[in-house]
Amino acid sequence: MKMIMTNFAVAKTRKFMSDNHDVLERVIIKFAGDSGDGMQLTGTQFTNTAALLGNDLSTFPDFPAEIRAPQGTLAGVSGFQLHFGSINIYSPGDACDVLVAMNAAALKVNLRELKHGGLIIVNSEGFDARNLRLAGIDKEDNPLTNGSLDNYQVIKIDITKLTRACLEESPLTTKQVDRAKNMFVLGYLYWMYNRELDNSIKFLGDKFSGKPEILDANIRVLKAGFAYGDTTETATRRFIVNPAPMPPGNYRNIMGNQATAMGLIAASRKAGLPLFYGSYPITPASDILHELSKHKNFGVRTFQAEDEIAAICTIIGASFGGQLGVTASSGPGIALKTEAMGLGVMLEIPMVIINVQRGGPSTGLPTKTEQSDLNQAILGRNGEAPMPVVAANSPADAFEAVFEACRLALEFMTPVIFLSDGFIANGAEPWRFPTTAQLKDIKIKFTTEKNDGERFLPYKRDDKLSRPWAIPGTAGLEHRIGGIEKEHETGNISYEPENHQFMVRLREDKVEKIADHIPPQELDSGPAKGKILLLGWGSTYGAIKTACIQARKEGIEVSHAQLRYIKPFPKNLGELLYNFEKVIIPEMNNGQLLQLLRSRFMIPAIGINKVKGLPFSSGEILEKLKELTSTTKEHA
Amino acid sequence: MPEATPALKPKDFVTDQDVRWCPGCGDYSILKQVQTVMPTLGIPREDIVFISGIGCSSRFPYYMETFGMHSIHGRATAIASGLKSARPDLSVWVVTGDGDGLSIGGNHFIHLLRRNFNINLLMFNNQIYGLTKGQYSPTSEEGKVTKSTPMGSVDHPFNPIALALGAEGTFIARTMDRDPAHLKEMIRRSYDHGGTSFLEIYQNCNVFNDGAFFVYTEKDTKKAETLFVEHGKPLLFGAENEKGVRLDGFKPVVADMKDTSNSPDDLWVHDERDRVKAGILSRFFDDPATDGHFPRPFGVFYIEERFRYEDAFNEQIKQAIASNGEGDLDKLLRGRDVWEIH
Repeated sequence: MKMIMTNFAVAKTRKFMSDNHDVLERVIIKFAGDSGDGMQLTGTQFTNTAALLGNDLSTFPDFPAEIRAPQGTLAGVSGFQLHFGSINIYSPGDACDVLVAMNAAALKVNLRELKHGGLIIVNSEGFDARNLRLAGIDKEDNPLTNGSLDNYQVIKIDITKLTRACLEESPLTTKQVDRAKNMFVLGYLYWMYNRELDNSIKFLGDKFSGKPEILDANIRVLKAGFAYGDTTETATRRFIVNPAPMPPGNYRNIMGNQATAMGLIAASRKAGLPLFYGSYPITPASDILHELSKHKNFGVRTFQAEDEIAAICTIIGASFGGQLGVTASSGPGIALKTEAMGLGVMLEIPMVIINVQRGGPSTGLPTKTEQSDLNQAILGRNGEAPMPVVAANSPADAFEAVFEACRLALEFMTPVIFLSDGFIANGAEPWRFPTTAQLKDIKIKFTTEKNDGERFLPYKRDDKLSRPWAIPGTAGLEHRIGGIEKEHETGNISYEPENHQFMVRLREDKVEKIADHIPPQELDSGPAKGKILLLGWGSTYGAIKTACIQARKEGIEVSHAQLRYIKPFPKNLGELLYNFEKVIIPEMNNGQLLQLLRSRFMIPAIGINKVKGLPFSSGEILEKLKELTSTTKEHA
Repeated sequence: MPEATPALKPKDFVTDQDVRWCPGCGDYSILKQVQTVMPTLGIPREDIVFISGIGCSSRFPYYMETFGMHSIHGRATAIASGLKSARPDLSVWVVTGDGDGLSIGGNHFIHLLRRNFNINLLMFNNQIYGLTKGQYSPTSEEGKVTKSTPMGSVDHPFNPIALALGAEGTFIARTMDRDPAHLKEMIRRSYDHGGTSFLEIYQNCNVFNDGAFFVYTEKDTKKAETLFVEHGKPLLFGAENEKGVRLDGFKPVVADMKDTSNSPDDLWVHDERDRVKAGILSRFFDDPATDGHFPRPFGVFYIEERFRYEDAFNEQIKQAIASNGEGDLDKLLRGRDVWEIH
């Protein structure tokens, strides 16, 4: 593996200041095309190059659920949004500055996301009669000619034709040639934003090693796109986006599912236990399985089970055997796992259940994002079955958050739910990655001795209320555990009424006691006492943070806290909340955290709720915030 | 392996828990034979794990002084799959019933068999739901009148042996609770097989389905209605082995061996390795009340050696380490494209 080191000091001083260059603080580009147009790859490449140049950034891929939705139709549009800048970036952003539209459908779907006066780069071939028809646009209403885009800057390029011309000599088929046209777009944007091609050329070299003709074609078209910008006058200006002021350290770009996989491997290393990952493929969690299965040299065991239930059951078996058992799914799959989660609660064995939430209910919106499984995480089991719940707030944060989930599971002998979502899973951002030495140790010890004279009591507890982990193969500690209510300490079957009530309380106390071993809730920004607290959890982090920055600029005093631990809550949470006149909770659901907080702390918290399968924009939160503050003033 | 331990006895496998099956239940006999076989295996108690689901049979682990888990309905097979993958060193036993194993746990059952872990699966088949007090099961005969089917069941039953063959099972056998010697031998052979062993045990539920298998288990009819198969031996049955089975092409035919025109040399000789014949044998599943029915076979229907899931699963870890080196966490976290900010 080779590593590129870009010296920030050098990057910072490398400011282009020629006449036709504008320096921009931040830019939002949306790459949109047919699912087959390679827009995800184009966006990812532009992102990686921006990251290496030291820009801060955040991305949001938005693709159809169908593998190959009908070509050219609105349903088949695949998009990738990138927000990058020389300032700190916390979300993929709201309205776009630039829209790349490879066909009429892509323009139609995404135009409303574009700022007035924004730049549109279109592949003119994607607006022929057939494409217009597929996009449901009348031939007479071709947006490229009917004047409807007069309020935007439009750059029309016949990318298909230029790509074909560029590869005239190539032995590739027309179909193969056409697949390279995304490289033309990438090259053109690299020209427009003054980026080098090296990183993408290196990437292509790896991707198409062993396919020299395809590699050659892609590089040629990439360079042609760049040269096209240089030699034509399609665009009069080029842009500079300088590196962002980030805390010192080593950075890489990372996607949420990838960070989750790495957090699991790191936890397994720090605990000294093999990672056993049992799962069944489901969108948008499958990439965790794909990533983990590449790292078997870390002792990672990946078991693709016959169904969701088997997936969680295999990790119960593996955990009983002394490994770190982890399963992941999304809402519908989690629903299937709930009985086994309850068994985990009863057995009191460590395991981590990851829910990469998507739009629900039922099959819902498989490729879209939502936070509507919080109730399921907190309550979704029969009986009183408490489990800790930990949530990640961004793609990079998924690393640390899932590491914490593993730590709690292992140190407290309990199943733990880790919540991510589609937005985190597929989004990317720069990550100041830690070194192994910087990671917390995870303390686990298998029990090897009898703990009650001549007897072994499998449910005898330590001061954390955690029970011993005695794995098969340990002589003298043979014992039986099960899902039937058990007697305190001995673990023998017990139907005694008093014992049941005692055990129900004990299991709840055990989970609540974890609050003694997690950090207190801190404010992300703003004063510790005041009028308004915006309280979020999960992937709303960036949008809330950005909205707060904007609000302060407009003279609204606001504080922001983002929860990582939802069960148990940090011990100081109540105190923190009571310091504010108003607590506002933006959530991508109908108010699930809101209900939890209202019932737990008896505060009249207010929700900002969006359930569209899409993340919040900071503008949406800001607008609601203003509405709510103006009401405050009126009532005052 | 720990230092030499004194030889274990059956009573070393008895726990301090009271056995709570109904008096007269066939499960007692199975428990006794399992506890009898265990000390003969030469493995320490701590290396043995019994896993069960839900149902009468699934109380089994509580009565075995080994490691054990009484899990949830139908999922013992999946839990055992995870345990065996993680810990190939353990001797893993699954105890299930016809409802737990073939109804709610049917999916995991077939996948366990095709993956061929070295797991021993004991399925107590009593053709009824006992713990829920008497509903028909997926092995109950057509027309069965139970609490949930007062007008008779309209379900066609599973043939568990044929199902296991279809699911790529590598050891498929049948025995009965009321023949302790045969039961014991089959448990031992299940253990000796290197892959997944499926042992169907006809077990009498004397409360909800009393006598379901009496035609096979009781003295007056047993010899005429059962066919105990042994590898390399001709298929003979009847009070004095006076009947034999021969194959007319793929068609089995019962031959009267008293008739001297029927030569013993023409009889079907059981071959545990013959998948096609095991398939024919599995179809000896007729209702014993019908005319011209075949006797019900007991013994090992089929054995095959096939690679085990847990071996291949763990071999990949070794391979990955051999070709990429032991994972370096810092290198992984760093990735390939890094930039530094001062």
